[in-house]
Parts: sequence; structure tokens; C-alpha cells
Amino acid sequence: MLREKYERVPSGCAVSGIMDRSGRRFSGNDIIQSIALMRERSNGLGGGFAAYGIYPEYKDHYAFHMFYDDEQAREISERFLNEHFNIAEAGPIPTKKVSSIKNEPIIWRYFALPKEEKLTSSGLLPDEFVAQCVINLNKKIDGAFVVSSGKNMGAFKGVGYPEDIGEFYRLYEYEGYTWTAHGRFPTNTPGWWGGAHPFTLLDLSVVHNGELSSYGTNRRYLNEFGYECTMQTDTEVVAYLLDLFTRRQGMPLEMACKIMAPPMWDEIERMPDDDKALYTALRTVYGKALMNGPFSIIVAFSNGMVALNDRIKLRPLVAAEKGDVLYVSSEESAIIEICPQPDKIWAPRAGEPVIGMLEEVKA
Amino acid sequence: MRQLPALCHFLPYTCSQVTNPSIDPLREPMELKTYLGRKPDKLEFDENGRLVTKLTPQLVLNVPIMFSAMSFGSISLNACESLARAATQLGIYYNTGEGGLHSSLYRYGKNTIAQVASGRFGVHADYLNAAAALEIKIGQGAKPGIGGHLPGEKVRAEVSATRMIPEGSDAISPAPHHDIYSIEDLRQLIYALKEATNYAKPVIVKIAAVHNVAAIASGIARAGADIIAIDGFRGGTGAAPLRIRDNVGIPIEMAIAAVDTRLKEEGIRHQVSVVAAGSMRNSADIIKAIALGADAVYIATSALIAIGCHMCQKCNTGKCNWGIATQDPQLVKRLNPNIGARRLVNLITAWEHEIKEMLGGMGINSIESLRGNREMLRGVGLTQKEMDILGIKAAGE
Repeated sequence: MLREKYERVPSGCAVSGIMDRSGRRFSGNDIIQSIALMRERSNGLGGGFAAYGIYPEYKDHYAFHMFYDDEQAREISERFLNEHFNIAEAGPIPTKKVSSIKNEPIIWRYFALPKEEKLTSSGLLPDEFVAQCVINLNKKIDGAFVVSSGKNMGAFKGVGYPEDIGEFYRLYEYEGYTWTAHGRFPTNTPGWWGGAHPFTLLDLSVVHNGELSSYGTNRRYLNEFGYECTMQTDTEVVAYLLDLFTRRQGMPLEMACKIMAPPMWDEIERMPDDDKALYTALRTVYGKALMNGPFSIIVAFSNGMVALNDRIKLRPLVAAEKGDVLYVSSEESAIIEICPQPDKIWAPRAGEPVIGMLEEVKA
Repeated sequence: MRQLPALCHFLPYTCSQVTNPSIDPLREPMELKTYLGRKPDKLEFDENGRLVTKLTPQLVLNVPIMFSAMSFGSISLNACESLARAATQLGIYYNTGEGGLHSSLYRYGKNTIAQVASGRFGVHADYLNAAAALEIKIGQGAKPGIGGHLPGEKVRAEVSATRMIPEGSDAISPAPHHDIYSIEDLRQLIYALKEATNYAKPVIVKIAAVHNVAAIASGIARAGADIIAIDGFRGGTGAAPLRIRDNVGIPIEMAIAAVDTRLKEEGIRHQVSVVAAGSMRNSADIIKAIALGADAVYIATSALIAIGCHMCQKCNTGKCNWGIATQDPQLVKRLNPNIGARRLVNLITAWEHEIKEMLGGMGINSIESLRGNREMLRGVGLTQKEMDILGIKAAGE
């Protein structure tokens, strides 16, 4: 059987996210508790977390989380990293033995800055330079996989139930202002750690419940802009689409969401003229970026978090607020578990993004 | 080659089971609306999030199907009128072919594509400006590489006036456009047409599916065409030399896949629209053409069959028993345009329902998510090379 990297595996899933918009940091306990409640939604073949604000001591460095199949992959990758980056600190990510977690790869972490001369000769901005390096590492070095590569954030994932993965990575020892989590139910058993969610690019992380029936179209569209979808996952497509629209094309996040889950044509017909022109143009120009089929996704990035449902709400998504904290999850129960009395709790409408931004960013 | 089974018979499409729900078009919205025309790489917004980019003119189709070029002269005025009325009712387009536009049909201009072919019959400023889009015909699938021949017997008073040629004279269009001997000449004609119509109409360039179709299509996109129409070797005609009809060109499925892939590799696929033609016999053929990369399709033979064509293949004689491919008033009146239009509307509406059912089965509720979605197809009984060109996997993979 082909490893997951080479074959597309449909999955069902649970997702959860917590963000403190004031920037207050809190431990990984809440998110573990929230995702653990939805154990029935996953099958022990994938779990993972993304955490933001966890590396204040290295907040300006790109934090690379890496999986290696073997020592040789590590050596080749480190040669590559040393060639392109100045590495401030490197070492294995601290883990704890958990009986249900088996066959873990070699898991390392590096805090790094691009080498000046490499940056200059590439002519790229630092973010683009790092993105290219990540794509190259994943594509060219067999047995190496970049789990995450953003600043002051990290992804922690593996094969197992998410609460066990959380314990394995000792996430209760970290403090962050945004946490997202994923429990996976893949339809076959590839058992590859890289295939778990979140999927990341730079500081962007995606956890995703669903299956894109538009995958083939979305993928070909991304190809045109230089994105190679090497992972064969829908989640990768979501991350690249957002990267294309928000980072490379500088579009507002909300607009990007409206491309990925646009209103129906008959709704556009009934809009006031300005909106009608806007949405007609969005759908006309970006039709191939529309994500079709069932999904609920939570995307997190350095200064915010967004949750989005497909256009006809084929997968569940609930949101809640209490004070500065924004909660989103597949199930209401997973929010109530950690926040018994929210100020407000609601089921976002199909295609309506729930967006949380850090306060300092809003100002 | 005519005897070969159509390639799309070997391309079963998929549907959703368990992991992804199929969508029921009787209960959920199912969108087929299609915009054809040139698209920018990205939209620009001002600091208030207002749209700044102005889109170039687009054709808006309620269903991704258009009636392909059939000229007044080769077919009767009643047949032309049936097509024009049906296109108007359906919110799609029909194509004049190279016969000009009869004065009584100008009122359907909003749903008309005016063709400019090598003979330039009936081409003048009013003709161009009356239409919604213009099409430069370089080649057609039924007879790539050769021109057209409308026998003098079919050139009666109305055809003569519309085409601006003497009554009773053969209308012979040359094999090439004599002002297009290379790609830069095509660019000049594209922009001449745009200048003549104040850049208010998209320009289509239609070519036959030939061996190096991908490279040619790329050149056409770069020459400024907004839409590329590709006509496969099974394209119909009642009047083409037999050896040419049966031996020139390649299957439309291969051509569309190759063009879509080439334009994608060059990063310009999203800028232009691609229309597939050449034997779209039913709604499943259309689904497959779109999954291989087409934005919309042209149909002609199936439209004529809907209005009564029996495929007796004597169009060239001008003695069509069904009032379609004739100019004899006694025969023409056998076709009632009211009934013809109704039958065409029925055909497209039925296909629309079928397309929605198939899309819903795939778990897709908007046609744009099928475009170039090769994941939706698998190959049975094809060679690996053929499947590579089509960009699909084998059944079971």
C-alpha cells in the first residue's frame, strides 16, 4: 500500500480551537480536554495541535518542527538547514512515553533565521524564502517532513488519539494564546505521522474536518501559482489557498473566506449593486478556488483564528465567546466541557466565517 | 477513424459514498452558471475593501452549453431562428457560423455569437456590434485544414443579401484566412475586432483539435483571445469531403486534456476560457469534457437532431426533407421555429437536470468545482500513455 503521502485518504474528524484575543497565554490543558471529549469522532489514527505564543524567548526566529524517519534523513536535512539558516538552538522536542503511542519518528526542533547572503542572492522576502525551503525539504529529502515552520508557534501531531498525542508532547507545559486541535478518523490505516493534522505553512495552520470534492480543481488552480501539492491532502489545499490570497495577493482574510465558501448565485442576485458586483467578480475570477464538498476548518495564524464551514453546512461547527476568549469546535459539548457558561454560543451559518483577531492587531 | 468508439466511453466518473455525502439537486441548490471570458490573475481592493478591478466583458451562461456555428445558408432561416429563440430563452448563446446575420435575427443579438471566418461573408460593423461575442474560426473539427463550400443552389435571395454575394453563386471560403499566416497576424485580427466593437465583447478563437493543439492554444491565449474553442475530430457536418472528415484531427477528450494541462503548466489557464466541441452527444459527454478541463461546450448535431434532423447526410444537396439544411421555401416551411425552439429548450433543460444529478452524485454543488477535476474520472481499457495524457488514473487506482 502506498504511504499516505502518495495517496489521498478521506477522513472524518473532530476539530476544536481556543483563542484569547487579549493575547493572554494559557496552558494546553483546555484544548486537550476539549478534543478528548470528542473521542468518538476520531479512531486513534491521527491527532494533533497547533499552538501560538509558545516560544516568546525565540519569537523572531522561525521555529522548525521536524519529523525524520531515520538518522540519515536528519543528517541530510540538517545539512540543508545549516546551509540556508543560522540556527540559534536545536534539539529533540521533549516527549513523554505514552503506552498507546508507538512508532514515533525522530522529532526535532530548530530555531533559525535565514542567512543574510542566501536571502540576498535569492531576492526573496524572508517568509517566501522559508516557504520555498519548506517545500524543498518536503519534496526532495526522503524521510524528512516539516511539521511547522512559523515564528513563535508550533504544530505537534502524530498517530494516536489526540489526548494521548497531547500528553506525549507534554503540551500542558506550554503556554499559548491560541490553540487548535484535531482528532482524525481516516478511512484506512496508513499510520504516517506527517499525515495527521494540523497542516502548516509558515505561521498558518489548518485543522480540517471534511473531504473536498473540488480537490482536483483546487489543486490544479494552485499549480498555476507555483504551489505543488505534494501531500495529497485536502488540508494542504486549504493552507495554500489561504497563503495565496492573504499573504501573496494581500487580500483581506474575510474576502479569502468568501472565495473558498462563496454565497449562492441566487443570493448574489438579491444583493445591493456594490455587493453583487463584488461577489460576481469573486466567483468569476476565483471559481476554481471554491472549496466544494463538506468541511469545517479552523485556521490559525500569528494574529488570529478563523473557523469556516462549507456552503451548505455538511459538517458541524459551533462557536462561543466568553470575555476575550473565542471558542470554536465540531460540537457544543466540547466547548461546554471547558467553558460551562459562555457569554454567547451559536452555530455559524454555512459559509459565514467566524474570525478572531488579537486586540493589538485590531488597533 | 469514425468507426472508433468515442473515448469518453472509457472514462467512468465517480460519485460520493459515505465519506462525502452526495447532494440531492431536488432539495439543495445546484449551480451551473458559467462566465466565459478573460480573467485577471487577481482582484485588487482599495483600503476599504472595495473592489477596484474592472472585469473585461464576459459571456454569462445559465448552463455551460452553447449552440455551435451553423451558418444561414447551410441551414434554413427557420432553423437559425429556432436556435436563436432557444438560446434567448435558455440564457445561453448560439453561433451564426460564417453566413452573416439575417436582418430578422438582429433582435436576438444579446444571445448571438457572430463568427468571422475566412470568407468574411456578411461581416460588417452592424453585424459585429449586434452580437454578444465574436468568434474567429480558424478550423472546424469535421474538416480541419480546408475551407467551406456553399453550393450556389442554396444561395437564394435572402442568403445572398445576408452574405453580401450574388444570388446563385457558390460561396467558397478559403482554407486559411488570407490575412492570418502566423500567430502575430491572428493577434492583429483579434484586436481589429476588439477595436471595431470598442472592447465591449469577448473574442473567441476556434480551432480544430489537431496534433499540436496544446501549443497552438497557448499561442492563441497569448495573442489576446478571451476564449479558445476546440473542435474534436468527431465534429459533425453534412458537407465535408469524406476522406478529410474521416482522417484528420484528434479526439476532443485528448485535445481538451492536453490544452488544459499545457495552459496550467504555463500558469495562464485561469486567464482564458476553453470551450470543447465535436460530438457532445449527451449530458455525460459534457460532464467528462468539463472534468477534463473545458469551461463549457458547443453542441450542433445534437441540437439539429432535437429539431428533426435524421442524419441522412444529404445537406449538400439542399434538399433536406426536414426543413433544416435547405433553402427551398417549400421545404423550409416544414420546420416551425416555434416548435423548433421549444424542442431545443427541452433538450437543454433535460441535459441541465441530468448534469445536476451527476454533479450532486459527485458531491459537488457548483460546476466550477468540476473544471479540470480529473480526480472525478478513471480510465478503463486505455493505455497508460493515454491515461497520462488525459491526466487520469486507471479504474481501481
